Amino acid sequence: VTVEVVVTGLGATTPLGGDVASTWDAMLAGRSGVSALTQEWAAQLPVRIAGQLAVEPDIDRVQARRMDRSEQVAVVAARQAWADSGLADAGLDPQRLGVVVGSGIGGATTLLAQDDILEASGARRVSPHTIPMLMPNGPAAWIGLELKAQAGVHAPTSACATGAESIAWGLDMIRSGRADVVVAGGTESVIHPLPIAAFASMRAMSTRNDDPQKASRPFDKGRDGFVLGEGAGVLVLERADHARARGAKVYARLAGAGMTSDGFDIVQPDPEGWGATRAITMALKDAGVDKSDVVHVNAHATSTPVGDVAEIIALHKALGDHAVITSTKSMTGHLLGAAGAIESIATILAIRHGVVPPTINLDDPDDNVDLDVVAHKARHLEIPAALNNSFGFGGHNAALVFTRA
Amino acid sequence: MTRDEIAAGLAEILEEVAGVNPDDVTEAKSFTEDLDVDSLSMVEVVVAAEEKFDVKIPDDEVQNLKTVGDAVSYISKAQA
Repeated sequence: VTVEVVVTGLGATTPLGGDVASTWDAMLAGRSGVSALTQEWAAQLPVRIAGQLAVEPDIDRVQARRMDRSEQVAVVAARQAWADSGLADAGLDPQRLGVVVGSGIGGATTLLAQDDILEASGARRVSPHTIPMLMPNGPAAWIGLELKAQAGVHAPTSACATGAESIAWGLDMIRSGRADVVVAGGTESVIHPLPIAAFASMRAMSTRNDDPQKASRPFDKGRDGFVLGEGAGVLVLERADHARARGAKVYARLAGAGMTSDGFDIVQPDPEGWGATRAITMALKDAGVDKSDVVHVNAHATSTPVGDVAEIIALHKALGDHAVITSTKSMTGHLLGAAGAIESIATILAIRHGVVPPTINLDDPDDNVDLDVVAHKARHLEIPAALNNSFGFGGHNAALVFTRA
Repeated sequence: MTRDEIAAGLAEILEEVAGVNPDDVTEAKSFTEDLDVDSLSMVEVVVAAEEKFDVKIPDDEVQNLKTVGDAVSYISKAQA
């Protein structure tokens, strides 16, 4: 018998808002969180736009000196999710509490800042906090420390599939009996000239610098790459009988997950979308959900020319043509390792409230986009089951199926 | 510099690096036991003190600097 797992807490800080409620309201209103980078360092970059945090992370000054920004936003989101779950007063055994929170890139801004210090002032001036700030497991470790989690703290890394994979591994921890509750999600904060220059060199980013709010336009003919965003999303996953016994508020069931790898190219998605197709099919089977019940998909769709179309092809193969699709990245930008977590939250709230947030800037759909994408305005819809896709450089494919609680 | 001036300078560093209330910084206090300065933060304190007081504090000396008073004495001697 498969252990049932539900979602009992949500937390987020994004370019749209400092918490879940404000982020969700902005999504339903179709607002863009993308703005111009007015910092001096951005002036010479080919890309001068990003989805910057709507609210600066609220972390104690001394603690903030020891935490990379990606760790700070992860802790902020985890605190919200933990408070939302009501588990603080539930007498949970710390040995039954796990954390799975990954990041796509890790503490790159710390690494680069400390390298500047090394070059300018020498080795002795390099901060002793550098390693715990830049290590990719740092965000998960800080959350684990704060919540005293002792069932295991893990940090999967699969580029832009990280947030979704973290949730899938959290599901696995509970199903396999290693934990009753897992705090799972993703974080990213690399708005800095080097990562931006590097992504720009790959020709992966939008250069619509003169019109930031129109730059992220998944599925649109005029799309020219993704827009980098920063933030974190965290879910509290809980064994259903555990949640029921304490009378917890339940947002949705995390019914199943699928993870595959393309074995195709280090960065290009398989243009036929086979890896993604298999991940979705695997997630449906794992969830015991028929594809006809999946009426909504929060797509990975990052606004790149190849990726968006490959996903449409995969959705045709795995689901057919009935589902109502959206890409909330049109509003948040692409939060890399946090994307799958933020978009899982959007998927869960879509189920709970019966409304699909829009894909903004979808003025003129690509000829290959022949599915029902919710353009411009949110749409009311009864959603028994929904899918969240995430794909990452390296050929990682993750699909999560959420159902109504 | 007088001992009080050095202690005041250390208090400033401790507040910046570890969030220690300057009123708590007296010569008898132990960095780790009383002021909760962990090992990584102690490294920061030492490096900042070298800069502020223009002295060298070798790593094998640091283990002898248990209290604020120990540090004040060392710095005072090194400045002389």
